[in-house]
Amino acid sequence: MSDRIEFRFSGSGGQGLILAGIILADAAAIYENKNAVQTQSYGPEARGGSSKSEVIISDDPIEYPKATKVNYMVSLTQEAFNKYINDVKDDGIVIVDKELVTDFSKAKGKLYVLDMVKSAREELGKLLGLNIISLGVLVEISGIVSHDSIEKALMKRVPKGFEDYNKKALEIGFRLAKEVKKN
Amino acid sequence: MSKNIKLMQGNEAIAEGAVIAGCDFFAGYPITPSSEVSEFLSSRLPKMGKAFLQMEDEIAAMGAILGAALGGAKAITATSGPGMSLKQENIGYASMCEIPCVIVNVMRGGPSTGLPTLPAQGDVMQAKWGTHGDHAIIAITPSSVNESLYETIRAFNLAIKYRTPVVILTDEIIGHMREKVVIPDKSEVEVIDVKLPDVPPEKYNPYNYTSGKVTPLAPMGEGYRYHVTGLIHGETGFPSQKTDVIQNAQNWLIDKIYKNIKDIEKFEEFQTDDADILIVAYGSTSRSARQAISMARAAGIKVGMFRPITIWPFPEEQISNLSKKIKKVLVVEMNMGQVILEVQRAACGSKIYGLHIVNGEPITPDNIFAKIKEVSEN
Repeated sequence: MSDRIEFRFSGSGGQGLILAGIILADAAAIYENKNAVQTQSYGPEARGGSSKSEVIISDDPIEYPKATKVNYMVSLTQEAFNKYINDVKDDGIVIVDKELVTDFSKAKGKLYVLDMVKSAREELGKLLGLNIISLGVLVEISGIVSHDSIEKALMKRVPKGFEDYNKKALEIGFRLAKEVKKN
Repeated sequence: MSKNIKLMQGNEAIAEGAVIAGCDFFAGYPITPSSEVSEFLSSRLPKMGKAFLQMEDEIAAMGAILGAALGGAKAITATSGPGMSLKQENIGYASMCEIPCVIVNVMRGGPSTGLPTLPAQGDVMQAKWGTHGDHAIIAITPSSVNESLYETIRAFNLAIKYRTPVVILTDEIIGHMREKVVIPDKSEVEVIDVKLPDVPPEKYNPYNYTSGKVTPLAPMGEGYRYHVTGLIHGETGFPSQKTDVIQNAQNWLIDKIYKNIKDIEKFEEFQTDDADILIVAYGSTSRSARQAISMARAAGIKVGMFRPITIWPFPEEQISNLSKKIKKVLVVEMNMGQVILEVQRAACGSKIYGLHIVNGEPITPDNIFAKIKEVSEN
């Protein structure tokens, strides 16, 4: 089970984090022929409330489908950061947005604080696509799947007319991650 | 032929399995965490010229699938929690009138509205005894997305073969998780189709309690005219209060399932050969158990698992046999103790332990490993 890698996208219902998890699992399972399982957890609300989407990727069959020792976590709200950080491994990586998560008193693992919201606002013109930016960051930092695989999986699930918008969001994520990796 | 491989949700796999099984009709009322079954069938069935009906509630949806099945359709509904409670009277009608149908229950926390989005396994006894009166039922507990697809096909086959409601008793984790599935072609799987009776209409009786063979249910509209009632009925379908008819009818409802248990049963044994402790687990919980077994074996504790796939009728014989050589049995389930009651009866020579965690979270491999250590030192 040593090659089992656990990813967790966390934030608030409606941010598209479940979709981000599905795209990552699809890229790994279908385009890179690995074993992948995606699960989700959310409250009874249609929007709001803390939600998480988890992806386990492994070369071996995956039994327990949920994350318990998280290697990579994305948090897009302070509440989700506080609620879900406990399971992050000591050497795990936590990716947050600079504007959305500001209190790091509970921080664990290695922290990456990125300008995802600012970049979305400036380069996409709106915050729609923040989930895809964070997916780009996660893929670039973890190297779990290739850029090509994640783009293919993304394109399969993007509504017609939004292909370029989403591609751009993914590219922003790659770039932000590259910048932060240099530092 | 290139394989059709897809990352798919458990609920979607049930819908896919239904399509492969030749499902003609879905009626339902959406409820978390089962709604995706409706969602996928609402887009698939109409494109194939088949029917999708959203009804006003779960009671009506259950009635609708029974009507469809009496018309010769392969029919399915999907629900959860309170919806399953509402369906119970009509499930009894399906048992009594021997109408083949498939009912998906994606278990969530209960009772009542309970925990709509969180997993539980609290409906195992309800699947068997949710409706009143003596009857037998078939229930199936898949533990993966792949199994959800194949077991749905089997559920349709069993429903038609034994003219009985079949419950697919899955849970929120299996229903909502996504895994890779190789989608089979219809030619690669066994599919039992609805048949006309082999006698002409004037010689047809819709029920037969004594031959030991299940009479095919003649689809309405094919010239076979018969009476359908929830009252105890004789072989023509008309109500009867004769003591011998009543007893024959009651015996038959039980016997047609239990005397064919070898055909209906399905289970998996995992590392039981040298085990000192036997885990009994089903559905999503069996996945945690499998991982806990690896942890235990790495720590030198020999643990195996018996996993019922057909959970009703209960695999008493297998558990009884295993308990003759494995003296400690640990039942792990996301309820306050349901299948453990069956295991206590079947494995009465063994010491039975239970791990019952019902807190909205799945039972983790760590939870089970801790219990295994406790059992092994006991």
